[in-house]
Amino acid sequence: MNSFFTRRFVVQGIFIVVAIILLARLFYIQVIDKSYFLSANYNVLRKITIYPARGVILDRKGQILVQNEPVYDLMVIPREVKPFDTLQFCRLIGIDKASFIRKFEKAQTFSPYRESILEKQLSAMTFASLQEKLFEYPGFYIQKRTVRRYPDTVAAQFLGYINEVTEKDIERSEGFYKPGDYIGRTGVEKSYEEVLRGQRGVQNLMVDAFNRPKGHFAEGRYDTLASAGDKLISSLDKELQKFGEQLMQNKIGSIVAIEPSTGEILAFISSPAYDPNLMVGRYKGNNYMKLLNNPNKPLFIRPIQAEYPPGSIFKVINALVAQQFGMVNPGTQFFCGGGYHYGRRGIMRCTHVHGTLDLAQSIQYSCNTYYGYVYNRMVDHAGMRPVKAYQRWHDAVARFGVGGKLGIDLPNERKGNLPSAEFYTRHFRSDKWTSSYNISLSIGQGELGITPLQMANVVAAVANRGYYYKPHLIKAFGEDKVIKAEYTKRNSLGIDARYFNPVIEGMSRVVNQPGGTASYSRIADIEMCGKTGTVQNPHGDNHSVFFAFAPRNNPKIAIAVVVENAGYGATWSAPIASLMVEKYLRDSITRPKAYVERLLKANLLPGAKKIKPVHRSSEDTILQKLELKPIEILTPKALLQDE
Amino acid sequence: MNNQRSLLFNVDWVVILIYLALCTIGWFNIHAAVFDPLHPSIIDMGTNYGKQFLFIITALILGFVILFLDGKFFSTFSPVFYGATLLLLILVLVIGRNVGGNQAWIPIGSFRLQPSEFAKFSTCLLLAHYISSSNLKFDDMKMIGTCILILLIPMALIMLQPDTGSALTFTSLVFVLYREGLSGYILIIGAVLIALFILSLLFNKFILVGALVGITALILLLSRKSRRSVTSIIIVTAACIAFIFCVNFAYQNILQTHQRNRIDVILGKINDPRGQGYNLNQSKIAIGSGGLWGKGYLQGTQTKYDFVPEQSTDFIFCTVGEEWGFAGSLVVIGLYLTLLLLIINIAERQRSSFSRIYAYGVASIIFFHFFINIGMTIGLVPVIGIPLPFLSYGGSSLWSFTILLFILLKLDSNRMGII
Repeated sequence: MNSFFTRRFVVQGIFIVVAIILLARLFYIQVIDKSYFLSANYNVLRKITIYPARGVILDRKGQILVQNEPVYDLMVIPREVKPFDTLQFCRLIGIDKASFIRKFEKAQTFSPYRESILEKQLSAMTFASLQEKLFEYPGFYIQKRTVRRYPDTVAAQFLGYINEVTEKDIERSEGFYKPGDYIGRTGVEKSYEEVLRGQRGVQNLMVDAFNRPKGHFAEGRYDTLASAGDKLISSLDKELQKFGEQLMQNKIGSIVAIEPSTGEILAFISSPAYDPNLMVGRYKGNNYMKLLNNPNKPLFIRPIQAEYPPGSIFKVINALVAQQFGMVNPGTQFFCGGGYHYGRRGIMRCTHVHGTLDLAQSIQYSCNTYYGYVYNRMVDHAGMRPVKAYQRWHDAVARFGVGGKLGIDLPNERKGNLPSAEFYTRHFRSDKWTSSYNISLSIGQGELGITPLQMANVVAAVANRGYYYKPHLIKAFGEDKVIKAEYTKRNSLGIDARYFNPVIEGMSRVVNQPGGTASYSRIADIEMCGKTGTVQNPHGDNHSVFFAFAPRNNPKIAIAVVVENAGYGATWSAPIASLMVEKYLRDSITRPKAYVERLLKANLLPGAKKIKPVHRSSEDTILQKLELKPIEILTPKALLQDE
Repeated sequence: MNNQRSLLFNVDWVVILIYLALCTIGWFNIHAAVFDPLHPSIIDMGTNYGKQFLFIITALILGFVILFLDGKFFSTFSPVFYGATLLLLILVLVIGRNVGGNQAWIPIGSFRLQPSEFAKFSTCLLLAHYISSSNLKFDDMKMIGTCILILLIPMALIMLQPDTGSALTFTSLVFVLYREGLSGYILIIGAVLIALFILSLLFNKFILVGALVGITALILLLSRKSRRSVTSIIIVTAACIAFIFCVNFAYQNILQTHQRNRIDVILGKINDPRGQGYNLNQSKIAIGSGGLWGKGYLQGTQTKYDFVPEQSTDFIFCTVGEEWGFAGSLVVIGLYLTLLLLIINIAERQRSSFSRIYAYGVASIIFFHFFINIGMTIGLVPVIGIPLPFLSYGGSSLWSFTILLFILLKLDSNRMGII
């Protein structure tokens, strides 16, 4: 002990102060600043996403429409790469040196220690040749992923396509999707996205400072397994679909075939079609742009998006509605002197001078005059003001599924157009209009817009004698074969079953009696009932329309065919429909080879050389220049446009 | 026998308990740092924790041997110890093994002896011996000169290895000189020099000189009356300016690149968490990710998977911080602080000045290691490669700290006797 005894307190004080400084700093970095915790996880945790296999899609017989095929992403860990022959390597993976160097530098900038994708989706072929040489290039390895593969290249628009999610998708999904995920963009891939996508799995792997795997974090407690997407069983008949696409080659238009007893869609053809495999793989982007710029718009899903005035097939609806209203009965006769006169000087011409016709005959010969009278009765002589009577007619027609979405399980369905009474009142600036003002509605022209799907649905409902099931493309999904409840509900047309007999009789004669407008399309031993239509198209040649069902009793198939700019319904659409029906019901074609060949080979694309029809029915509905004064002006262009 | 019982009775058991606690904590953390879940075994002589177990046992034996030695032995033979250490330090420069750029180890069988570790207690002993036996006071330049010489010789030899960290340890003995009567200005001057050193690295030297001149002028203006202080103030300012220029010169020309980089990292002049700042960054991540309660024993991912370099030796505190969190850090720092304060208490209760001076030396050296080591792992001081007493892996360091502490305990147990 000496005189400097008190200095012990200085020394001890320094010790205490230093200890407090250390503790304060520790408290800051351990308790207050959370960034170190995140950095530690970044160091050690590698979240490996296990991508589930997307659900496969089968046709109604269990044949594969879409399956998954492995593709190979070339990965790189820049730090582990040793000098190598760049040129030879580029040749192996099929890219040029400049873009290889660019991609490699990008990976290097991201992280020298972590893997990056160098080249996406190498084909199995490229992979096979690369695999043997890969050991010569340390730092590169292959990661397997699956992509969609369409073995038969059919039904592209029905299936739709998938591609990588965008920022917006990620936002909308509230974190379900992660960058790099795939999402259904159109078609069934989109509408059944939740069923198909499956559940991603995550593995939390730990790595050491040299990025060597060190097992699962917390013994895998936070890992999840990937579960594959459910399979979809579509209602399509693959063979029928394929046949339909062949028939529609070099033609623009649609075929929709429905099983009337269930509403299941048997064929869904939108022409021109494209190979769905184009939308997969490395060249997806280029292919997409090509399809987008194709003047015939293959990406346009015509069966649900193209709206046409239905033409003469609409007479079926008018015949049924008029009977239900009690305006006509099977024996009601009108005289056709070559046209229907209305207003002071108006005339809606008929194709022929039909003379006196009854209801069935009016369908058989597709008499415009007859339906002029029928429509006139329904609107002007219903015991109420024409505006009200029109609205009643409108509501009855709407129950056929016209003018509204049918609710098919595809995105972007259009509802078509069935103008309301107010529409005309607004247009004529008065509610004192009569049937003369929109008489063309009687024969399915004018402001009507109906999609091929709606046409098929109408004829399916006729086949059922008064009801329909919502048309749908997916029979069932998952292991438990779930089907949406809305597709099992019967929708009534509000037309009594007995009123169908004369109409169906007329439709049968159209095909099966000599002199019927579609007698050329008669199928031996199968009683097909149909109705032709030739849709006036102010922008070009008329559209050829036909709808039918078969057989007459206990119908198995209802079908609508639209071929744009092809002319008469009887020339193109009806034979195509008849072949489809025969193919479906009999699984073979009994018609002469030349008959099928003509249809397969016909090129009806705009600009192609017109072929002279081999056959021309003398009773076909030819609409001459109609004098629809008030109507023609107001026909919205969009309704009559092809797209 | 009776004599020995009373001898052990006088030993400060609290210090021994703290010592054992720190060694045990060290062993468990070394185990955690090198733990490999694929090969879990507790005692495996091939591993660091297996060897450390051996080191702890031998250190304890060594410690109790010291307790049974004669108390006078150390003061009497302190020049011999000092001389022997200097010989070893010279020897290591000739036959030493070079590990990581430092020629600091003499290989003996499978172990390696690190003479610089033993220089610490032998220097303390000689310093205590000299000051206690000298009649001179600390205002005598001869006294100060001799003391500085005692410190400088081992420092210089260690610098030749070169092991700057160990050499710097000896500067902590300034606390001993201060306690024994060296002017209190020494601490203030030290603090000012450190501050100037940091400032001159952070700012342009001309700005700094300008600021210094400005402050001097201001002080002179405010204290115009006392003319006497004017000259001394001007001298101080001039000395400071000279120091600033020296720092710049020394920094650019004397310091090695890696040392310069370590200082730049701490000052934030280099932001390179993957390169120069890797060690420090990973060390902070490991400690910082521990949170309040830590990740649990053997659960520290950063240390287990080798993100932190030197994690069982210099960066052992990372394991403590990561697996035991702030709570564990608090315990460890609390133990060190208690130990240091106890040693000062022990020092002040000694009758002999030799024991007191030696005790201060022990406290200074442990304090320096404790502060610099923990400070560097959390980014308070530049990375200086010195071990954390009793916790870090390594035989030489554990033995030398054990000898350092147990000589003190021996001296303390003899405090009633006359040395």
